[in-house]
Amino acid sequence: MMVQLEWYLILAAALFCVGLYGVLVRRNAVAILMGIELMLNAVNINLLAFWRFTEPAAATGQAFAAFVYAVAAAEVAVGLALIVAIYRNRQTVDMDQINLLKW
Amino acid sequence: MTVHDLLPILTALIPLPTFIAFALIILFFNKWKRVSHSIAIGAMLLAFLMAQVVFWSVIAPDGHELAEHPLHVQIPWLPSGAEALEMGVLIDPLGAFVLFFVSITCLCIFVYSVGYMSEGGKHYDPRYSRFFAYISLFATGMLGLTVADNLLMLFIFWEIMGLCSYLLIGFWWEKNYPDPKQVNPRQAGLKAFMTTRVGDVIMLLGIAYLYSATGTLSFRELLSAETLGILKEMPSYIPGLSAAALAGLLLFGGTVGKSAQFPLHVWLPDAMEGPTPVSAMIHAATMVSAGVYMAVRMFPLLQVGFDIHHGAQLTTPMIVMALIGTFSAFMAATIAVAQDDIKRVLAYSTISQLAYMVAALGIGAYVAAAFHLIAHAFFKALLFLGSGSIIVGSHHEQDMMKMGGLFKRMPVTAITFIVGGLSLSGFPLFFAGFWSKDEILAVAYHAGFNEGIVLAVVVYVFLALGALLTAFYTGRQICLTFLGQPRSDHAAHAHEVSWTVYVPLIALALFAVFFGYIGIPEVFPLLGGEHSNLFHHFVGATLGTETLHQLPHPEQLDLLPFVLSFLISPLGLLAGYLVYGRKPLQAGQPDPLVKALGPLYPVLKNKYYVDELYDAVFIQPAIKLAKWVYKWVDRWFIDGILHNVARGAFGLGHLNRRFDLAVINGGVDRMTDGIKWLAQNGRQVLQTGQVQHYLLQVLFFLCGFGVLYVWGDAILAFIQRLLGI
Amino acid sequence: MTQLVLFVIFGAITLAAAIAVVTARNLFHAVLWLLLAFFGVAGLYVLLEAPFFAAAQLFIYMGAIGVLIIYALMLTRGVMRQQVPLVNDQWALVAVLAVALLAVLSWLFLQHTWPTVDQAVGPDSLRTLGEALVDPGRYGFPFEVASVLLVMALIGAVTIVRER
Repeated sequence: MMVQLEWYLILAAALFCVGLYGVLVRRNAVAILMGIELMLNAVNINLLAFWRFTEPAAATGQAFAAFVYAVAAAEVAVGLALIVAIYRNRQTVDMDQINLLKW
Repeated sequence: MTVHDLLPILTALIPLPTFIAFALIILFFNKWKRVSHSIAIGAMLLAFLMAQVVFWSVIAPDGHELAEHPLHVQIPWLPSGAEALEMGVLIDPLGAFVLFFVSITCLCIFVYSVGYMSEGGKHYDPRYSRFFAYISLFATGMLGLTVADNLLMLFIFWEIMGLCSYLLIGFWWEKNYPDPKQVNPRQAGLKAFMTTRVGDVIMLLGIAYLYSATGTLSFRELLSAETLGILKEMPSYIPGLSAAALAGLLLFGGTVGKSAQFPLHVWLPDAMEGPTPVSAMIHAATMVSAGVYMAVRMFPLLQVGFDIHHGAQLTTPMIVMALIGTFSAFMAATIAVAQDDIKRVLAYSTISQLAYMVAALGIGAYVAAAFHLIAHAFFKALLFLGSGSIIVGSHHEQDMMKMGGLFKRMPVTAITFIVGGLSLSGFPLFFAGFWSKDEILAVAYHAGFNEGIVLAVVVYVFLALGALLTAFYTGRQICLTFLGQPRSDHAAHAHEVSWTVYVPLIALALFAVFFGYIGIPEVFPLLGGEHSNLFHHFVGATLGTETLHQLPHPEQLDLLPFVLSFLISPLGLLAGYLVYGRKPLQAGQPDPLVKALGPLYPVLKNKYYVDELYDAVFIQPAIKLAKWVYKWVDRWFIDGILHNVARGAFGLGHLNRRFDLAVINGGVDRMTDGIKWLAQNGRQVLQTGQVQHYLLQVLFFLCGFGVLYVWGDAILAFIQRLLGI
Repeated sequence: MTQLVLFVIFGAITLAAAIAVVTARNLFHAVLWLLLAFFGVAGLYVLLEAPFFAAAQLFIYMGAIGVLIIYALMLTRGVMRQQVPLVNDQWALVAVLAVALLAVLSWLFLQHTWPTVDQAVGPDSLRTLGEALVDPGRYGFPFEVASVLLVMALIGAVTIVRER
């Protein structure tokens, strides 16, 4: 029995939801960043699964996965820098206390 | 590779220098004020030279050659599947002329800003460098918009300008006024941003609709006869409207916002809170012109189906444009009559003049609209810079009632300002404004009385009346400012600022006079000839216009509008002089109009109470709605879910504890603790400033939409069965 | 059959590790779980016959990003001693909604007919990818933009955390 496309999609969706849960509930900013990483990985699984099962001869799916890598790397670098900067300023990385968006 | 092959690449580079200048100033040179302005002006000069090289290389007596083979280069931006999104630059006759005037006015304004923002080198603004960074970015936006070859790129640069406009209107954000009703720069910036946003969203819808209907956003493909034919036949979501008409209407929404047409005109007068070079650049010469430019650019789409010789059916977008344009032109002109702030008069005059162009488009006169667009940019930039020179020269006095007698004290400013004013009022023969306005009026008359389009008659009558008012308020402004005796100490001690201020004025004054001579109608007596209307021959052949040969264009001279256009301006100016110039006002004396207009005056003075109306109809209800949503949706509904989940879980936890005290381990303990904490502290509203709470709402609605998508039909059937339908 | 077994193993590793990431009390443990989740994903890439991405996953995610997160954790370690609740007050609702989202998505995936092809991956798929990425007619431009993005992120990160 072959592994079907749907299985990969559901696995990716599950990984995405777990990551989403982490992003929405964790109070430590670094932990939130880890959740985002999980979500980005889920996206990449999707892209590569679609590439493998629908158009393995073309490069489109792989190319987009590569761009996700680049964006993820940039996101981690800037995100962590922001966390460190916030920590310096406010001595906390607890999201419940980082509410500068409040008007 | 010949020089001509390099031109498209040169065109693509035009927006680049100012962008680099922006980055350099922001990142490295914001401490050194003189270095900042040198970088900005150097970059603008480079862009100017490149733009002029392109312009003079492509200009020809006849534009058809360029329209068929425009300068065009494009690269694939992001191939996704079979379609690739292409980005590129394109110069056709219209683009060439817009590039010409944008580069000139921007350069003038950059130079002028040096004098204005430093008050002639004496007192530098604390955020001087930042100012030059912003206007450099702004110039990037405008130049990029001009050379863009597709709607998406145009929209991106359009938004860049919107951002710069916001930043620059609120440039002096710390300024407050004692009168709480007076709009301060901070609020003015927000107001401009939010108001234009309404138009921008509508325009974005139009772009998305066009893309879904045709699969392309490139001007060349969109405006080809083939695509236009398909769009004309394709029905849209709204019965009775073709896809072309619906897309045209939506795109025109962008013009209404950006070019400050009724009903989205309210932001422009308040935008005068920004520094004067900004008013000149953004709110007179370039950004507000972008809206009209886009409408002219998309005109072949807007008029699809219009054929003057076979039934003379104006298309729906054209009717809307004619009505909105005519109304805005007349309304803004009447308001301008009763304003005392020197910049506000000009702001309303800008709305009015842009409305002339919109109305001209509405009756099919797109060449006249483009011509007036460029002429207006020159003389209105001149007027604004002149008013800025007056404001700095007379120690930041903006109230015309406190000016007077400035002719002797600021002669260069006065002469150039009067040149600009005469051009604005369309004084016959010598000024650019005459030729451009005359062309609009002539076409409107021709379309209305010779071709029998009823709407054009209305357009003609109101635009002619508006021209009379324009001349009157221009006369009033000149008399109040320059003639008579000074009516305050500030005006008495006024003086010229510095050469960086008045050299740009002189340069723009030359264009405000001589630009008109490239567009003299062929049928004009004496001056007109076979080759006199260069502008028409060149710009008339703009991209996509091979599909529209059936437009109103006077073949011979109509006597009545010819005579009238000679009379209107001098009459209006004369009236202005008789009221304000013959017996100059004394200090403290009220405006003679107050008495003459009676109850009408406060209405005009308060801009027809449109701001108050918007406040009552949109803003107050929005605040009420927000409070209601906060109370019921947030606190009752969403928090209610939260509380009930918590309460249920809390109850469960209690049960658990009572049932199973012996086996309670860390896990359950932790859970009940968490839940208890939640139940006790859950009484939080959702506007907490915490991203996670906002994201939760997103997730909530995402799930809701998912459920609707999957089980929507079943739910609908269930409800129907429940209701017994 | 082997594929199926491997899929289940790697999928289980990935999901279990991911769940551990979002529930672990100790953040350092969470990072270690995260590395394990990345490893599981790399295994899935091998199953998808994308060895290049499996390797990249190991180098970039498990190597670079993992180390970076540990650094950030160490730099902000002051908070690890503070006793704050692990999760905020909306965790129950989020858990319900996340499961609901998963259910909806799964239902959609299963009922849609995907246009799959039964085709092997060619031996030079990596070559195809490489050529597409540098071809100016295809992804050449986005590729350059991505490199600019990375440089900007680098400069931006340094600027943000620089001591003043």
